Amino acid sequence: MPWTRKDLITLEELSLDEINQIHATAAAFKKILGRSVKKVPALRGKTIVNLFLEPSTRTRISFDMAAKRLSADVISFDAAASSTTKGETLRDTAENVRALGADMIVIRHAASGSPLYLSKLLDIPVINAGDGAHAHPTQGLLDTFTMREHLGSLKGRKIVILGDILFSRVARSNIHALKKFGADVTLVGPSTLVPRHFTDLGVKVSHDLRSALADAEVVMLLRIQHERQATGYFPSLGEYTSMFGLNKTRAGWLNPKAIIMHPGPINRGVEIDNDLADGPNSVILEQVTNGIAVRMAVLYLCSGGQPENVIASGD
Amino acid sequence: MTPLWIQKAHIIDPAAKRDATGDLYVNEAGKIVPSLSAAAKKRARKIDASGLVACPGLVDIHVHFREPGQTHKETIATGSRAAAAGGFTTVVCMPNTSPVADNAGTIQAIKDAAARDAIVRVYPTGCITTGMKGQALAPIGSLKRAGVVAITDDGDCVQSNALMRSAVEYAKMFDLPVMDHCQDHALTLGAVMNEGVASTRLGLRGWPNAAEDIIVSRNVILSHYTGAHIHCQHISSKYSVELLRRAKARGVRITAEATPHHIALTDAALEHYDTHYKMNPPLRTEEDRLAIIDGLRDGAIDIIATDHAPHTDYEKDREFDNAPNGILGLETALPVTLDTLVRQNKFKLPYVIDLMTRKPAQLLKLPAGTLAEGAPADICLFDPAEKWLYDAKKGFSKSANSPWSGQTLTARVKYTIVGGKMVFENGNIR
Repeated sequence: MPWTRKDLITLEELSLDEINQIHATAAAFKKILGRSVKKVPALRGKTIVNLFLEPSTRTRISFDMAAKRLSADVISFDAAASSTTKGETLRDTAENVRALGADMIVIRHAASGSPLYLSKLLDIPVINAGDGAHAHPTQGLLDTFTMREHLGSLKGRKIVILGDILFSRVARSNIHALKKFGADVTLVGPSTLVPRHFTDLGVKVSHDLRSALADAEVVMLLRIQHERQATGYFPSLGEYTSMFGLNKTRAGWLNPKAIIMHPGPINRGVEIDNDLADGPNSVILEQVTNGIAVRMAVLYLCSGGQPENVIASGD
Repeated sequence: MTPLWIQKAHIIDPAAKRDATGDLYVNEAGKIVPSLSAAAKKRARKIDASGLVACPGLVDIHVHFREPGQTHKETIATGSRAAAAGGFTTVVCMPNTSPVADNAGTIQAIKDAAARDAIVRVYPTGCITTGMKGQALAPIGSLKRAGVVAITDDGDCVQSNALMRSAVEYAKMFDLPVMDHCQDHALTLGAVMNEGVASTRLGLRGWPNAAEDIIVSRNVILSHYTGAHIHCQHISSKYSVELLRRAKARGVRITAEATPHHIALTDAALEHYDTHYKMNPPLRTEEDRLAIIDGLRDGAIDIIATDHAPHTDYEKDREFDNAPNGILGLETALPVTLDTLVRQNKFKLPYVIDLMTRKPAQLLKLPAGTLAEGAPADICLFDPAEKWLYDAKKGFSKSANSPWSGQTLTARVKYTIVGGKMVFENGNIR
C-alpha cells in the first residue's frame, strides 16, 4: 500500500499497516546509518524548518540529524529567537515560514493541538515533534520500533509505563501505538499522576508496583518533573523514589530478559537507579539511535517517498 | 407610533397562562391593549402572523457587549442588533469591560451608550469587587444608585469566602442579587476544557466539575446563612444541579441559569481542537448535559441565559490553549434551545418560552417578560418550523465565533418589537 499522508500529527489516527510501513522504512534507514557514508540523497534540495516553540534539545538534534542524513537543508527556530515572543501568532509565523519556501515543518509546541492547527493552515507537510501533553508520535514510533527489535511481535506482551502519565505525551503516543500492536499495557504511578480516565484508552491503571512489574517484558520509565512536586501532585522526590523508583529489587520482579526504556533526559537516582540505567537490560541509548532512523523514515514518507524505494536502496 | 395589529398568531404568554391562537394589539403608546378602536384598527399596521408564535420578547440576563474598551469585539449597538435578530428585547450586560464596571461613572457611560445606540432594552450590572480583583468590595451602593440590576465578577469568581459573605450581606441591603461565576481557581489552573476522558485523550488541561460544585456549595451555604439572593451563572456540572435542587427544597434563596451550549453540546465536540467550542465553564459530558436538562425541567435550574461572548476571528484563531473563552449566543439561542428542549426532550413550548422570558425577568425584577394588558409591547414573533442556514459572518454581532455557524437551524425569529416599535423584521434591522 502506498504512503498517502502529508502530515504526522498523532499515532491515534494511524493504522497498524501505516505504523508497520514506517518501521520497515526505518529499518532500512538504520542499515544505512551503519555504513561509513551515512548520507542518502532522498531529500536533496528540500528545506525543512524545525519550529521548536518549546525548549527541546534531544528531539531537535535528532530531527536535525535525520534531515541532514537525508541531505535536506535544515533551519531551526527556537522559542527564544522566534517572533512568537514578540506576540506573533502561530498562523503568522507559519505563513511566514511557508512564504520563505520551506518544504516541510517540524513543530514542537507547548499547546496541545497546535500541529493539527498548523496542518490545516499549510499545504506542506507538518510533523509533530511533541505538542503539550497530547502526542509525541515519533517517540512512540521509535519506542515501539526498539521494543520490536528486542521482543519481535508485541501482541499480548506485558508492557509497563511507569511515572508521570498525566502530563506525558510520550505515554499517550506509546499507548496508541501499543494498542494497535495488541500489547498488554499497564500504567503505573501515583494516583495523582495516573488518573482513572486512562482506562478509557484501553489500558490498565495500577498503583501497585509489585503486581504491575511482575513478569513484565518492557518497563518504560518517564521523567519525573520537579515542578509536579511544587504543585502538589506528590509529596517529594524522595517519597516518589521510595514508592515508585525502579531499583535492583524491583527490577528483579520483571521478566529476566525485560528491557528498560526511558525517553530521556533521565533523573538518575529518582525514577531509576544509577546501575540500572547503565545495566545490560537498559536500551536507553538504542532508543536514541533508533530515533534518527525513525525520524528519517517519517520525513521521507511524508515528503512523498515510498517505503519500497528506500528498502531497495538500503540493501 | 403606528398601532400594530398582529393577526392569527399562536400567542404564548406564560405569565398570563395564555396559549391560544388570536390577535394581539399594540396602541400608539407602544403598550399591549385588549383591542384597538375602529379608527386605530384602520391606521394600524397589520401583520399576518399565521403559523407564527407570538411571545414576550426574550430576556437574556447574561451577555457581554464589550463596551467600553473592547469594541473591536462587540458594541452596545451591534450587540443589541444581534439581540433583536435573536428575538431578545431585554438584555443584561456583564461588567468585565475595559475598564471594568466597578464605579458609577462607568455605569453611567454604559447607560448613555445604551440610550444612544441600543435598539433593545440594555441593563448594566456592576462588579462585586474593585477592579474585579476579588480583593475589596466595589462601591455597591453607588452602583445600585447608578442603575445596576445585579452585581457580579463574572468570569472571575470571588475566591475569598469572607469577601463573598460580605458582598452578599451588603448587597442584600439594596435588594441587589449577586450573580456568581462558580469556579474555584486553584482547582482550575491552566484548565481549558472539561477534565475527563476527552481531556485525557487530547492532552489538554482539565477543569474538574468539583471546581464548580465547591463554589455552588459555598453559595448555597452563604445564601442560607445570610438570606441573600445568590444567582449561580451558567451551571455545567451534574452535581451542582443536585446541590441546587436540594437547597431549593430547603427554601434557600439561590437561583441558577443554564446556557444553550451546555444543554446542546458536550466535550466530545473538542476532538479537533476547534476553539469555537472553548468557553468557561467548559462543555462537559453527556451525563452533565442531561442533568442540566433535568434541572431545567424540575426547576433546580431557573432560566436560560446565553453568556453571549463575542471575540474576533483573529483572537479565536489560535492554539487552543491560547484562544479566549466564549461563544456568541443571542442569534442562535431560540432555535438551539427549542431543538434541545422541545424537540429532543419533549418540554412543552410555553414552558421553554417561560424559561426565556418571564422567569429571567422576574429573577432580576426587570419590567419585561409578559404580554399582559398595559405592558410595554416587547414581542417576539417566530416561525417554529422554519429551517434556515445560520452564517455567523452574516449575523448582526460584530464577531462570528459561533459553533453553529454553517449549520441549518430550526425555528427562526421573524419580527422583534420593542415598546411597540418594530426593530427587526424578516432578516433586517429596522
